[in-house]
Amino acid sequence: MRQNHQLALVENGGGGGDRVVRDEIAAIFEQVLGRPVSITDDTDIVEDLGMDSLGVMNFVMAIEDHYDLSIPLDRVAQIQTVADLIRAVQDLRSGTAV
Amino acid sequence: MTILAKHAAYRHAYDAFLAHGVDPLNVRFDGVLSPTEGVLNGQRTILLGTNNYLGLTFDEDCIAKAVEATRAQGTGTTGSRVANGTYGGHARLEREVADFYGRQHAMVFSTGYQANLGVLSTLVGRGDHLMLDADSHASIYDGSRLGMAEVIRFRHNNPDDLYKRLKRLEGMPGDRLIVVEGIYSMLGDTAPLKEFAAVKRETGAYLLVDEAHSLGVLGETGRGLAEAAGVEADVDFIVGTFSKSLGSVGGFCVSDSPDFDLMRIVCRPYMFTASLPPGVVASTIEALLKLRAMPELRHDLMRNATRLYDGLSAMGFQTGPEANPIVAVTMPDQKTAGVFWKMLLDSGLYINLAVPPATPSNASLLRSSVSAAHSIAQIDEALEIFAEVGRKLGFLPSDRRRVAGAL
Repeated sequence: MRQNHQLALVENGGGGGDRVVRDEIAAIFEQVLGRPVSITDDTDIVEDLGMDSLGVMNFVMAIEDHYDLSIPLDRVAQIQTVADLIRAVQDLRSGTAV
Repeated sequence: MTILAKHAAYRHAYDAFLAHGVDPLNVRFDGVLSPTEGVLNGQRTILLGTNNYLGLTFDEDCIAKAVEATRAQGTGTTGSRVANGTYGGHARLEREVADFYGRQHAMVFSTGYQANLGVLSTLVGRGDHLMLDADSHASIYDGSRLGMAEVIRFRHNNPDDLYKRLKRLEGMPGDRLIVVEGIYSMLGDTAPLKEFAAVKRETGAYLLVDEAHSLGVLGETGRGLAEAAGVEADVDFIVGTFSKSLGSVGGFCVSDSPDFDLMRIVCRPYMFTASLPPGVVASTIEALLKLRAMPELRHDLMRNATRLYDGLSAMGFQTGPEANPIVAVTMPDQKTAGVFWKMLLDSGLYINLAVPPATPSNASLLRSSVSAAHSIAQIDEALEIFAEVGRKLGFLPSDRRRVAGAL
């Protein structure tokens, strides 16, 4: 089910950029959590990966370091799934973030 | 399902403490005898977790001023300064605070929490950037949410990380406000303020320091970390509280910003809450005068802080990075912290149990705060109780105490 959703996103123009970002995010998750993780677009970062709010904050900082950007706190609060995170990173990289 | 059911996870976490007979939010003192002693369940208890840094809560002169002002002007102002007017005491307190810091302006709030809410939500707004240390106090985070500025966290006490984040904003419009604390309330560590000031100068940001735990504690004259670090000229705004070293309640902000008084007509947490009662204002002024006139209080405080910090460190407990009046011991997990804390309490020692999410890095802490009013004998008794509980729980080998020579 999740796999299908992920494929659908890619097919619907999610594009190679998203896939690269998703792979990079997975690597950062593994580095922060210290264990292998399997993520799809609709993986819920808190519910599915068992991260508490501080864990999320540390993870966000690792993402920020990797992409050399800052994700404002109000934007962090809107991120629930991996797809949300990919979108935030893409927006901030392309400078379209509000 | 009730409307509060969404918070059930917190109840479950708390229930885990209760299951071990640990109830940190339900400590009920029968009485408080002095700045350093209370009665709990009929037992005399050393107070080593009340932020009463200078021990002024029972100062005879402060009490006399509070009583006198209360008799003369009543128990409360029953409203805000906007609606009910400014009393002479409010104006004098603001002059005294400004004079103490050598600043042109001071503004008094009804609590330290409200000072941060008010100042942070007013200084920056939509299109501005608020740069917060990741380990900031809850009042700073809450203040950041009350305003419309974009909020960016930088790594705790890391000026390089702050610099990197400010550089990313280069070319974007809006003001930048950096917020750091003098002494951090959980581990007692201080900000590397010289380095932060350098970042501020290079990037054109404004710098605000919350000296809640460092007023009356650090600096040649007790003005806090900015004074101790020699960078007061770089600090644009200082926020603080009367509820720790000055033994009352209330918050303040001082600044040399020429149009600072604009705050009085736009800062909502200042405008829409009752002002401080006359008795509180009077005791605060007296306590500030004592702070200025009695540097020996700071010396006694640091003597006690160092004694506790060195003693616990020598026993082998994991303490914070530096000796300050806040001395925190890191415990391996929440349950152990809770049990340790309860055993200290049962032995007549009151300190604070601090657990996530209130603590940095998910740490479970036994947090002490030392007072100038503690006697050396009280500090030594506290160390003895720590050692005793530590031995019972297997933290310390039974002969470690003598080897370390801590007591």
